Amino acid sequence: MTDVKYSATRRLILQGAGAVALVGLGNLPFGLTPALAAANDKYPEEAFKQKSDTDVIKTLYGKTAEPSDKVKMDAPEIAENGAVVPISVSTTLADVTSVAFLVSENPNVLIAKYNIPAGTLPSVANRIKMAKTSNVTVLVEAGGKLYSASKEVKVTVGGCGG
Amino acid sequence: MTIRRRDFLTLAGAATLSGSLPRLARGADNAGVYDLDRFGNARILHITDTHAQLRPVFFREPSVNLGVGPMRGNPPHLVGRAFLDRFGIRPDSADAYAFTCIEFEKAAGRFGKLGGFAHLKTLIDRMRSEAGSGRSLLLDGGDLWQGTGLANTMRGADMVEAANLLGIEAMTGHWEFTYGEKALRANLERFKGEFLAQNVFLTEEAAFNDAKAFDPASGRVFKPSVIKEIGGRRVAVIGQAFPYVPIAHPKRFTPDWKFGIRDEELQKLVDTHRNDDKVDAVILLSHNGMDVDLKLASRVTGIDVILGGHTHDAVPQPIPVTNPAGVTLVTNAGSNGKFLAVLDLDIGKGKVSNVRYRLLPVFSELLKPDPAMQALIDKTREPHAAGLDEKTGVADRLLYRRGNFSGSMDQLICDALLGDLNAEIALSPGFRWGTTALAGQPLTMEDVLAQTAVTYPETYVQTMTGGQIKDVLEDICDNLFNTDPYYQQGGDMVRVGGLSYTCSPAESVGKRISDVKLDNGHTLEAGKRYKVAGWASVNEQTGAPIWDVVARHLRSGKPPNRAPPGVTLKGVEDNPGIAGQG
Repeated sequence: MTDVKYSATRRLILQGAGAVALVGLGNLPFGLTPALAAANDKYPEEAFKQKSDTDVIKTLYGKTAEPSDKVKMDAPEIAENGAVVPISVSTTLADVTSVAFLVSENPNVLIAKYNIPAGTLPSVANRIKMAKTSNVTVLVEAGGKLYSASKEVKVTVGGCGG
Repeated sequence: MTIRRRDFLTLAGAATLSGSLPRLARGADNAGVYDLDRFGNARILHITDTHAQLRPVFFREPSVNLGVGPMRGNPPHLVGRAFLDRFGIRPDSADAYAFTCIEFEKAAGRFGKLGGFAHLKTLIDRMRSEAGSGRSLLLDGGDLWQGTGLANTMRGADMVEAANLLGIEAMTGHWEFTYGEKALRANLERFKGEFLAQNVFLTEEAAFNDAKAFDPASGRVFKPSVIKEIGGRRVAVIGQAFPYVPIAHPKRFTPDWKFGIRDEELQKLVDTHRNDDKVDAVILLSHNGMDVDLKLASRVTGIDVILGGHTHDAVPQPIPVTNPAGVTLVTNAGSNGKFLAVLDLDIGKGKVSNVRYRLLPVFSELLKPDPAMQALIDKTREPHAAGLDEKTGVADRLLYRRGNFSGSMDQLICDALLGDLNAEIALSPGFRWGTTALAGQPLTMEDVLAQTAVTYPETYVQTMTGGQIKDVLEDICDNLFNTDPYYQQGGDMVRVGGLSYTCSPAESVGKRISDVKLDNGHTLEAGKRYKVAGWASVNEQTGAPIWDVVARHLRSGKPPNRAPPGVTLKGVEDNPGIAGQG
C-alpha cells in the first residue's frame, strides 16, 4: 500500500489523463519530461484485441509472468460499483519499465498499459470497468523480467446485511 | 417441569433460591448465573446487533447455519445438538434455550424472553460495579439504531438516548449508515461515546470537494480508534464498520464514503498503537461478521481480541486464531440484546497475560428492570404507542426468521407479497434481525415492523427472465457460501415465494442452484419472463412500504399458507450446521 497522501493526487491526475496515459510522480528527475518517454512506445493495438490473459501477455511482452509478492495490488474484494473499480499497484522491484492491468472476464482483457520512465516511483492507480466478477491481474515489467499479482474482484447485484 | 419460572421465582425469591428447591437445569435457573469470579484488572463489556430492541424479545437461534469449505463444522457453523456438544452445554438447560433452537417453543414458555435495555442496564451496572471504579469499559458493535418501527421513525435518535443512559463508551456501525450522513451526524452529535471506524474513507470526489472528514489527510471519515485507560493499563479500541455498506444497501445513503475490510490500513493502525503509543492491549470492535474476523485474525497481527458481531452468532467461547505474531481471540456476541459479553483481561505492561470470557444470556425474568431506563423507554415509545400496538393478526404458528434459507416469518412476508401484489414469484431479503413470535401470539404493527423497519422498505413488481432470477439466486448464495470469507456479506439467502429450488452450498458460484420450479410445477425457463414482487431493493422503488403490505395481508385474515419452504439442500447431509428445515 502506498502512502495514502499520494494516492488522492495521483488518481486525480489519471482521471484527467485517460486510461492509457503515462504516470509520472515522485522522484522524477528535473528535466526529463514524461511526454518524451511516452513517445517511445506505439499504441499496442493487437494486445488490446486479445481475449485471454495468456494471449495478452504473449502479444504485449512475448514472455511469461512470474507471480511476485513484491507486486502490491490494492483492489476491493467486492466492488462497490462495477463501473468504476479502483485498482492500484505499487512495487519494490527495481528498474520498472511498465505496468499493465488485465481483467480476465472483460470482453477485451487488457485494460491499460503504463510505461514507466526511469526514476519514476512505480505506483499506478486507476479505475476499471468490470461487467462481472473476474480475476484482475497486474503485470510489472522490471529489469527485463515480467512479474504479476492477481486477485478476484467480485461484482455483485447486492446481498443483504445481517 | 411445567411451572413458569416467573411464578417460581416470585414465590421463592430470586436471591434465596437454593439447593433445597428443585433446580430447573444448570445455568440460569436463578440469578446466581450472574455471579462471576473476580479476574484480572480490566473488564470489557460488549453488546452488539441489539437491533434497537429496547424491550425483551423472543429470538430463535437458527436450525440451519451451514459452513462450507474450511468453515464446515467449525464455530459459528454449528446448530442444535452439535452446538451443545461443542460448547459443553447441557440439553434442556436455560443456556441450551438461549444459544440454540432446540425445542424452542417449549423452552420459551419455561425461560421467557431475553434482553431489553432496562434489563441489560441492570446487568451491565452490576458487572461494572463488581469490576470496580475505572476498571471497565462498555462497547457496542453496531446495529444499535435499527430494527424496530420506533427506531426507524426516529432515525435512531431513540437509541442514542438509550445508549447514553446505558453508558456505551464506543461503538461502530452498519445499519446506522442507512439513515444517511445527515441523520447519522445529528445522532453522533448527541452520542456521549465515540463512533469508531478505521475502514470508512471519503471517495476521491468527496475528498476533492472538501467533504467533512475526521482526518482530511488520510480521508478517514471517522475517528479510527481510541485509547482508554482501564485498570491502570492503556487499551486501544479500534472500530471496524461493516465493510460492505454501499453494496448491501442503496449507495444513495452513503454517496461520499467508501468502505472495505482494509486489513493493511488496520495493520498500520495496530502497529502505530503498539510501537508509538505503547498501549498494553489492542481490541478490535468489529462489524465484519465472524468468518471475516476469523480470516482477518490470521492475517493482521498484534490484536489481542476481536469483539465481533454482524453475523448474529452467539458463540459462548472465544475462538483462538494463530497468526505470524501470536494468537488473536475472536468472539461473536449474538443479537437482539439477548447476550452481554464479559471479557475479563489480566493486562500487564504491554501484554495481555490472561483472559476470561463469558457470553451471558440476558434472562429478562431474572433481572429487575432498571427504573431509569424503563422510564426512558416508556417515555420514548408513548407518542407512538397507539400505532405500534395496533393488532394486525395472530401468529398461526411459530414465526421466526433466522436461518440460512427460509423462516416461517419470511414465508408469511412472501405470501403477503404474492397475494397483495398479484405476482408469480416473491423475493424477500435474508436479514438476520427480526424477532420471533410464538404460536397464538397477537401480531401487532410493532411485530410487523420488527421484521421490516428499514429506510428502503418500498415494494416493487417487475418482470424478470428466468435466467435473471437464477442469476440473483446464485449471486446471493455466493455472498453466503463463498469459501473465502472476505467475499461474503454476512446475510442469509434471499427468501422466495412461489418458487422452489435445489441448493448445493459446497459448489462454486453458478453451480449451486438447480431444479428451479414454480409452485405450479413448471420448470423456470431461462428465456421466459415472470412477474416478480419484492422489497428492500438497492435500486430506488416507489411501491407501498412492505410493512403496509404485510399488515394488510394479516388484517385480511387469509388462511395461512403452511406449505413447507421449497428449498432442497444437496451435499450437506452430515453438516453439523443443519438441524432441520429453516
